[in-house]
Amino acid sequence: MTSEPRSDAFVVFEHVQKSYDGVSLVVKDLNLTIAKGEFLTMLGPSGSGKTTCLMMLAGFETATSGEIRLDGRPINQVPPHKRGIGMVFQNYALFPHMTVGENLSFPLEVRGMSKSDREAKIKRALDMVQMGAFISRRPAQLSGGQQQRIALARALVFDPALVLMDEPLGALDKQLREHMQFEIKHLHDSLGITVVYVTHDQGEALTMSDRVAVFNDGRIQQLAPPADLYERPDNSFVAGFIGENNKLLGTIEELSGDKALVRLRTGEVIDATAVNIKEKGQQTLVSIRPERVEFKPEMMPPGAHTIDAEVVEIIYMGDILRAVLRVAGVDDFVMKMRNTLGQTKLTPGQKIKVGWHPQDARALDP
Amino acid sequence: MADVALLTTSDGRPLAQALVQAQARARRRALFLVLPLLLFVIFSFILPIGQMLHRSVYNDGFSASAPQLGAWFAQNPASTEPDEAAFAALAADLASMQANRLAGEAGTRINYVIPETRSLFTRSARDAKNLTPPFKAALLEVDPKWGDPALWQAMRAASSAYTLDFYLVSADFQRTADGSIERVDENRQIYIALFVKTFILSAIITVLCLLIAFPVAHLLATLPMAKANLLMILVLLPFWTSLLVRTTSWMALLQGEGVINDLLVWIGAITEDGRLRMINNQTGTIIVMTHILLPFMILPLYSVMKVIPPSYARAARSLGATSWTTFRRIYLPQTLPGVAAGSLLVFILAVGYYITPALVGGADGQLISNLIDFHMDRSNWSMAAALSAMLLVGVLILYWLYDRLVGIDRLKLG
Repeated sequence: MTSEPRSDAFVVFEHVQKSYDGVSLVVKDLNLTIAKGEFLTMLGPSGSGKTTCLMMLAGFETATSGEIRLDGRPINQVPPHKRGIGMVFQNYALFPHMTVGENLSFPLEVRGMSKSDREAKIKRALDMVQMGAFISRRPAQLSGGQQQRIALARALVFDPALVLMDEPLGALDKQLREHMQFEIKHLHDSLGITVVYVTHDQGEALTMSDRVAVFNDGRIQQLAPPADLYERPDNSFVAGFIGENNKLLGTIEELSGDKALVRLRTGEVIDATAVNIKEKGQQTLVSIRPERVEFKPEMMPPGAHTIDAEVVEIIYMGDILRAVLRVAGVDDFVMKMRNTLGQTKLTPGQKIKVGWHPQDARALDP
Repeated sequence: MADVALLTTSDGRPLAQALVQAQARARRRALFLVLPLLLFVIFSFILPIGQMLHRSVYNDGFSASAPQLGAWFAQNPASTEPDEAAFAALAADLASMQANRLAGEAGTRINYVIPETRSLFTRSARDAKNLTPPFKAALLEVDPKWGDPALWQAMRAASSAYTLDFYLVSADFQRTADGSIERVDENRQIYIALFVKTFILSAIITVLCLLIAFPVAHLLATLPMAKANLLMILVLLPFWTSLLVRTTSWMALLQGEGVINDLLVWIGAITEDGRLRMINNQTGTIIVMTHILLPFMILPLYSVMKVIPPSYARAARSLGATSWTTFRRIYLPQTLPGVAAGSLLVFILAVGYYITPALVGGADGQLISNLIDFHMDRSNWSMAAALSAMLLVGVLILYWLYDRLVGIDRLKLG
């Protein structure tokens, strides 16, 4: 579990900056190394610069400064059609006046491949996405999911080593999206290609990626494997952006190594792990995942601090129960409980004590 | 299927009947809403065109004023030599024409088929009341042309108000003395040649419009909003200016002592004696009509290009296509509905254009519409109508071809 670049660097962004208007920077000093065969996701809210980075890599935008290297070769001046990068677009961008077969044939024709070679490759690519029977259909005759598969097959048919995907599943419904996530991941594993995937859906990023780069404000906020990102966010933006998150404001009371005692504004003291905290007395924002909050004493680690809580609301969600609590002056503190047979029933107004493992409470920048 | 046909509503009425009743009110309201438009179309479009088509095959200029001759033609078959009775009928009709001042009109009708016969009628009608039997000899003495079998053939054809003669003339054919149809002499064939010239010039104008409009429409569709709006105003500004103003300003630009020639002489591209003739000829018609019809090409192209997402071109580029291949194989095919719509629109407008060729066309830049106007000026309504009808048929054929080749449902006019 390391965010250090692997030795076999395939795509390198070095001090890349991008400005559209000459006044403000959309991408501020991007440094990123992507290994061969890696599945890297760029995740972030809209306007965070992730799509711009992808477009610079594809060659549709030029970097204002800095260098982008592909397989050791600087590609800043290489036009898009000479980069040999497969790309899947958000709206699929299947050519509407061509059949599925012609769509797939296009990248092979412009490479001057013979007819028999083309047919073999098209068949292989279509079989790969289980769309062999649709070769003579037009894109308009296909459903969204089918179009998505064809777009995928077209990006892969000319055997690119690098495939870029720009929110490729954004237009699909939830069930199909989850299915396609699995298929794309499976294709990535079996073909050994490098994938750079852009999405604003954190669930997608966590399930598919080897590493996730969280973008905000033109910078990478954290670059880490999904588990690290979720469990050990580096800063409050990442903690807030990935998953659900309870935030408690306070000041550092004691600090030894990465163990910290935090005094909340209402006076209670809680344990936390210091992440980007420098000194005692500093303001901090403690982040705790709802599913790591406990209210049964036997589940809490020995010696854990507990604080008083009042149940505001219980929301039934099927597999889990969501308890909204009033904790330390915060009205929207969430605790998730598994909906098991013997689960204790809480009622609104009930007074309980909640606690957590110090590792799960991360003291971050405010 | 039988069960489906027997479906009834819950209160026992047949389903189909119930559906009609339920929608009858909405349908009546819809009809009421479109009624004004329907009446407008009928009175301003269908009736005038119907009347024009009628006039192209109906002309009573001769038949109404020559009832006695008409009766003789009805009694005797086409091969009969005109006898004394025929000339007597002719003399009586000429006399009544003179009395009612209709000789010129009747002569004009025959004049369409046999040139220079109008004066024969007016002259003979003046003398008609002084003629004495035998009328054959008397009339031949007034003018020996009255013995011409072709003339009698023409009068027989004109004795019925309904005739296809005008279409024959419009297609450069004529009737011979024995009633058969032949082409007119080569040096008198004007109509077909003018139709061909009209279609060729319109095709040239359409191609020029397409070449100029394509990049402009592409810019309009891809530039940022503020610049695109400015360009759109530049495209539409001439559109909002009077046609006469635009045409006249082209005259100022193109004439021998005009702005363009002066400029070319000043920079030394041409000599004072070598000033270009760019107006009052075909060149003038082509230049000015291309400019005037340009918006009709730009707007349909723009409306099609506007909805082509840039991601298609990006996808093609990422798949390895050069920018030229991307244009040729991805962009251009998707603009075809706009190209077809714009071309059809410009071509149809050009084929029937009148004012511009009349003003800047000179002698050889005239189109068929100018000839139609020429006939209308001479109250030659049937001839004008026949030429118009032929133009209409030509345009309808084009429209049909377009439907077969492109599909009318793909027509996009913005």
